[in-house]
Amino acid sequence: MTLAMLGEAWRAMGANRLRTFLTMLGMVIGVGAVVLMMSIGQGAQYAIKQSISAMGSNLFILLSGSTQAGGVRSGSGGGYTLNVADAEAIAELSGVQAVAPIHTGSAQVVYGPNNWNTSVIGTMPGYLDARSWPVVAGSAFTDSDVRSATRVALIGQTAAANLFGDEDPVGKTIRIRQSPFVILGMLGVKGQGMDGRDQDDTILIPLTTAQRQVFGSQFPGSVRMVMVQTETQEIMPSVEKEMTELLRQRHRIREGFENDFFLRNLTAAADSAAESTRIMSLLLGAIASVSLLVGGIGIMNIMLVSVTERTREIGIRMAIGARERDILLQFLLEAIIISVVGCLIGLLLGIAGALLVEATTGTLVIISFSSVVVAFGVAAAVGIFFGFYPAKKAAQLDPIEALRYQ
Amino acid sequence: MTDTVIRIEGLHKSYETSAGLFPVLKNVDLRIAVGEFVAIMGPSGSGKSTFMNILGCLDEPTAGRYELNGRDVANLDRDELASLRNRTIGFVFQGFNLLPRMSLQDNVALPLIYCGVERDERRQRARDLLAKVGLERYFESMPNNISGGQQQRVAIARALVNRPRLILADEPTGNLDSHTGEEIMALFDTLNREGITIVLVTHEADIAQHAQRQVHFLDGRIVGDHAVQREHRA
Repeated sequence: MTLAMLGEAWRAMGANRLRTFLTMLGMVIGVGAVVLMMSIGQGAQYAIKQSISAMGSNLFILLSGSTQAGGVRSGSGGGYTLNVADAEAIAELSGVQAVAPIHTGSAQVVYGPNNWNTSVIGTMPGYLDARSWPVVAGSAFTDSDVRSATRVALIGQTAAANLFGDEDPVGKTIRIRQSPFVILGMLGVKGQGMDGRDQDDTILIPLTTAQRQVFGSQFPGSVRMVMVQTETQEIMPSVEKEMTELLRQRHRIREGFENDFFLRNLTAAADSAAESTRIMSLLLGAIASVSLLVGGIGIMNIMLVSVTERTREIGIRMAIGARERDILLQFLLEAIIISVVGCLIGLLLGIAGALLVEATTGTLVIISFSSVVVAFGVAAAVGIFFGFYPAKKAAQLDPIEALRYQ
Repeated sequence: MTDTVIRIEGLHKSYETSAGLFPVLKNVDLRIAVGEFVAIMGPSGSGKSTFMNILGCLDEPTAGRYELNGRDVANLDRDELASLRNRTIGFVFQGFNLLPRMSLQDNVALPLIYCGVERDERRQRARDLLAKVGLERYFESMPNNISGGQQQRVAIARALVNRPRLILADEPTGNLDSHTGEEIMALFDTLNREGITIVLVTHEADIAQHAQRQVHFLDGRIVGDHAVQREHRA
């Protein structure tokens, strides 16, 4: 019965191919646009997530507070109010996974005839964990290197390329501000940071070595920056509170006085970037959905014309025994076939368009199963919704008036 | 006494017009028994076509009683009326009313779709009936490619496909030349001999001669109802 109806609907659509095609085109464009926009949006979200996880997840940056000397206030991180002992105390807090005090600077680095100015980060082994940064060749330095302030280094890919060219840097000796350092290992590629800087243009050395031998420090053991990683994102707020209390206690800050340090939640900043991308892709999807709606209205329009044109046919069908639901089903099926076939074509075109965008612009696109399912479901719903009114109108015609219609 | 197919009592039908209520049928009584062949005659505007549409459950009376096979049609809803048109009544129109985009076979099989007959049986019954009306070589032809007489044969085959015991024909020969009309009437004669009740509207006297009984309408009333005297009736 339904199968026979399906055949009839197909025949009716075939009888007016150009019109069927044009009606379908509305759906094709609508679904195509939705799929394309969702793919691009999801690609952008994925790219943001990637750069967040490249930065390291669940991260706090602890900066020492500003100092005031003769009315001149330094910015945050200007003073040395944090020290390695603070970092060690924080590491004891529950929920804290990795702690890495950092002393950075830039320095001229020499290898053989090559020299290169790069950022030198003095830190502890926990830094690599916190930033989920693997050592791809050789090995990392250890806590004992930090304790004894050995001259060892890990080199980033860009710095390595500039100093060594094609040579393998592991085991070679470089000079950082005249002091010789043995390269223990090479870091994996990290790419561009959130601020656009090349994170691979760097050299990591033990914190103590940086403070005592490379940059020097007025206050050995004090640092301007500590990186703290928590176990999960959920516990970040409670860890933040505990850390603040701990540091206030250690620094003997009385009630009512300001902190002498700054605590920043890096993940929150990154999350807001991800959130704005998500909203952006939602917006794109919403705009594309409007074209889907317009496609649906196009279907309704054509079905209404079709019902009027075929009034006499409807009358004949009723005269030989078609019930209301038979007529309803016939026209509804036509609308559904148009929207579903249009949807399938739109899906293919949308996917092809997304792949084309990826191939030509290099923008990452992600065609997810869920976006395909959503587009398809919406299209079917549009077909039923906009097909129902014309079909109902056809089904409720009076048989004798429909028969007399010229 | 024979079984009654159609019993009409006190039937009225009026149409709303801009000039007020316009009566088309006024107090019509009629009884048609199983196996009869009745010709309904009258000039145009006499109400015979409206009467026919009411008999065919396409239109509803304003007042009065219409019993079909003992059931009061007034109590039936739209679906039940559709079912009557589908199974109990076969309707033949003056203008054939075939669906132009379907093959003859599909046209004949169409009523069967609405009562859930399987595809193979639909096709078989359509072909049997097309063969019966002499169109066995035209199963896949389209209605526009055959003559008017052939189209009316297809329409009759369609009316018969659900094996109704009552055929209503509204001027079935009105669009045909007299020779072709005679052929169509011969077909009705055959069907009537097989026991099918036939009610036929016509204004042509020689067409009405095929019937056993003639009912004359004038200005919405029955003015005559008599048996036909005919020398060549079988």
